[in-house]
Amino acid sequence: MWETVIGLEIHVQLSTESKLFSSASTDFGADQNTQASVIDLAMPGVLPVLNKNAVDMAVKFGLAVDAKIARKSIFARKNYFYPDLPKGYQISQYELPIVFDGKLDIYVDGTKKSVGITRAHLEEDAGKSIHDLYEDESAIDLNRAGTPLIEIVSEPDMRSSREAVTYLKKIHSIVKSLGISDGNMQEGSFRCDANISLRRPGDEFGTRAEIKNINSFKFVESAINYEVIRQREILESGESVIQETRLYDPKKDETRPMRSKEEANDYRYFPDPDLLPVEISQEKIDKIKLTLPELPDDKKDRYKNNYGLKEDDAEILSLNSNLSTFFDESIKGSDSDPQLVANFILSELVGLCNKHNVDISVATIKPSHISQLMNYIVQGKISSKQAKDILNELWTGKLDIDEIIRSKNIEQVSDTGILMKEAQKILEKHPKEVQDYKNGKDKLMGFFVGQIMKEMKGKANPKVLNEILNKLLKE
Amino acid sequence: MNFKSVKEILTAIKNKDVSVIELTSNYLDKIKERDDELNCFVTLTEEFALNKARKIDEEIAKNKVRALSGLPIAQKDIFCTKNIKTSCGSKMLDNFVSPYNATVIEKLNNAGTIMLGKTNMDEFAMGSSNETSFYGPVKNPWDTEYVPGGSSGGSASAVAARISPCSTGTDTGGSIRQPASLCGICGLKPTYGRVSRYGMIAFASSLDQAGIFTTDALDAAILLKEMSGYDEKDSTSSSVEVPDYQSYCLSDTNHNYTVGIPEEFVKDLNDDVKKVFYDSVKVLEKVGCKIKTINLKYTSLGVSAYQVVAPAECSSNLSRFDGVRYGHRSDNSSDLENLYRESRSEGFGKEVKRRILVGTYALSAGYYDAYYLKAQKVRNLIANDFRDAFDQVDLIIGPTTPDKAFKIGEKMNDPIAMYLSDVYTVSTNLAGLPAMSIPMGFKENMPLGLQIIGNHFDEKNILKISHLYQQETDWHKREPGK
Repeated sequence: MWETVIGLEIHVQLSTESKLFSSASTDFGADQNTQASVIDLAMPGVLPVLNKNAVDMAVKFGLAVDAKIARKSIFARKNYFYPDLPKGYQISQYELPIVFDGKLDIYVDGTKKSVGITRAHLEEDAGKSIHDLYEDESAIDLNRAGTPLIEIVSEPDMRSSREAVTYLKKIHSIVKSLGISDGNMQEGSFRCDANISLRRPGDEFGTRAEIKNINSFKFVESAINYEVIRQREILESGESVIQETRLYDPKKDETRPMRSKEEANDYRYFPDPDLLPVEISQEKIDKIKLTLPELPDDKKDRYKNNYGLKEDDAEILSLNSNLSTFFDESIKGSDSDPQLVANFILSELVGLCNKHNVDISVATIKPSHISQLMNYIVQGKISSKQAKDILNELWTGKLDIDEIIRSKNIEQVSDTGILMKEAQKILEKHPKEVQDYKNGKDKLMGFFVGQIMKEMKGKANPKVLNEILNKLLKE
Repeated sequence: MNFKSVKEILTAIKNKDVSVIELTSNYLDKIKERDDELNCFVTLTEEFALNKARKIDEEIAKNKVRALSGLPIAQKDIFCTKNIKTSCGSKMLDNFVSPYNATVIEKLNNAGTIMLGKTNMDEFAMGSSNETSFYGPVKNPWDTEYVPGGSSGGSASAVAARISPCSTGTDTGGSIRQPASLCGICGLKPTYGRVSRYGMIAFASSLDQAGIFTTDALDAAILLKEMSGYDEKDSTSSSVEVPDYQSYCLSDTNHNYTVGIPEEFVKDLNDDVKKVFYDSVKVLEKVGCKIKTINLKYTSLGVSAYQVVAPAECSSNLSRFDGVRYGHRSDNSSDLENLYRESRSEGFGKEVKRRILVGTYALSAGYYDAYYLKAQKVRNLIANDFRDAFDQVDLIIGPTTPDKAFKIGEKMNDPIAMYLSDVYTVSTNLAGLPAMSIPMGFKENMPLGLQIIGNHFDEKNILKISHLYQQETDWHKREPGK
């Protein structure tokens, strides 16, 4: 019996307009090296000037995870040579990080677990080395160099890949809710290193391996699962795990050691003499506290208490800020039971998004579509089955629900006048069955409904039709 | 055309007694005549200077006068100058043309100065004799067999030789005051943070400070005002108000300064230097100063602490010179590691390499506490020492250097002896204090400097006492070869 011990280091790119120490833009996707100022290029003589917005964002994060905010924190230089690190050092925080001693509660299978957050510090991102652009040469793009990051370091408190992913998702949701990061994992705005070790329950921590730079929830889960099996096999064969840095290869679904050269570094940290200590007053902290938006835990409570959502659904929605924003917007314009709206979004829409690998925030289907569909169901205009069909149509790019209903001719008939006429017609056609029904053969109701539906090509509103038939057959 | 001071030049220009183009050409001619021998300049910016001179003349014609209109100046080649080669005295940057101006350059340009050229210096400001420059040693105009001091040797020698009326320098451990002393001119290192460091190629960021060379103290007062002030591009620059130093110096107020002489600054002096120094003390007493013996008990630890802090910071500051984006790149590089190793091995000189190695070692895991942290503690002790001293005295004086200039080549193979020549200057950098060296006499026909140290942001009183001293003496008026 082995216990898995996991700690995560999460790198979150902050969504400031300019870089951490220069005024160059941080927009993603610009032409190579067009967003690198003399400071980002580390020209001789340039000096860093701290972006105060980044500091405020880090404080916001700290407050959101019940952490302490350092009244004085210090930037340090982490020295190493690499072509995408123009200064030959990264400006980071070492001894005194801006945020420390926080915690986050996560729920796995309905059980609450508290994960400690050791620290979160500000640092600058490196540029990018591009090795596949030219045949014999490597290229460097310094647009990303100097982009602000917070690195969030957890305690080794997680015991399974599911806990790790839940924690990761919750951090993701928090930084998105706070508006301090776009959280875009494909573009590298949110990435994570996982430290994994195994031990016998009750023993000291085992030797850990660090898996670097994982950029999807799924990969984090797979990488940890792979690593757990790898380490278990090593330990069970009586050997020891080597402390090393590994990379996860999603194509082969395995982790591999990085070349030892890439990690053999003595970073020679020392306080950066170009920057003053960052001092934050209690007033400033209090002021920032007032700007905090609704956080995932508050959101979950609201969903449960105000909307009566089921625990699981409230949890799923609150952990994904794009999804919860979509849900909140859908609820706004809807007269339907919020649980039904949640069901529809979580099963139908999310299903479609997953199938097509599209994030809900960029889907062509908007919350207003969902509100309209849900309202039509309430009004009896369409059935929930038809709502699903319409959703599929919407996905293909047709965006007018009424138009779809018309063209597909799927509108339900709820008009009592029309239904009354159709019902009378059928009852007159079947006097014997009417008599049998009146004599107690209740199940003939289904027969009448079926006949009318057949006549009306299934468009009759079953609820209204039932009422009418009941009334007619009592006469 | 023989102006004695910056003040005279500015007045002559303002009164249209001389045109800026005449004046500029005259200085350029002097440089061309003397510099083959002295080697003060790495780059002569003749065309730039003449264009600017014409522009200023046009302004003067329209009676538009800036604070330093038409003043020729030599800029230490450590300041980045847009579209002009900025070498920092190193092969590493022999091909480097800066895309931007340092704040000091920007301010002096805007004040109307005419840059004559970029001056020679010890490589990356590491040296006390100007012998570590890639462009060869600078000569002392008092005797060309002697060093002018360093690292701002070119700037000091040019002003001493009167081929530039003033120049900029930088001072990390004495690099302005020591060459000023050895060349017989004024050299002012302001308080850390007084002048922006933006665009000044970093040696040791927590110690580096830009300053000036002039022949007299009033000139330094005039220039300091234009160079100083908060710069949003330098987080360590100060927003303390910049006074009008010149009018402060010229005001009649008699301050009756209490001046401290630290025992530690005089106890090991040789007789010649001691005599010259105490003669100058008499002059200070004559102008109303009270002299008091004080103690700066950690003085002897200054050089050691400095030789840990400065190399540590330099080892990190110089990492950017990697042959990747600009500067020297080796032709013999087959892979990345090789590119780094060869470019840096070829691009840096011996002294720079020595300091990078020392600094890298001092910051290494396992040694950090024993060296860097310990040195920072010593630094605090030294700063406290000064703080206590300034509770008792207004200013502190001593000789700037333990002795007169030494001969070229004399100390090149003895780095420790070279480092020890900074013993009286490094501690003010460690404490971030302002200090100035002014001429106080001669030993064997070579000049000696008097160092005046002030409290933080008290440049005005350093300048004032210097001015008072220079009213009574003519050491600052002596010119080499005359």
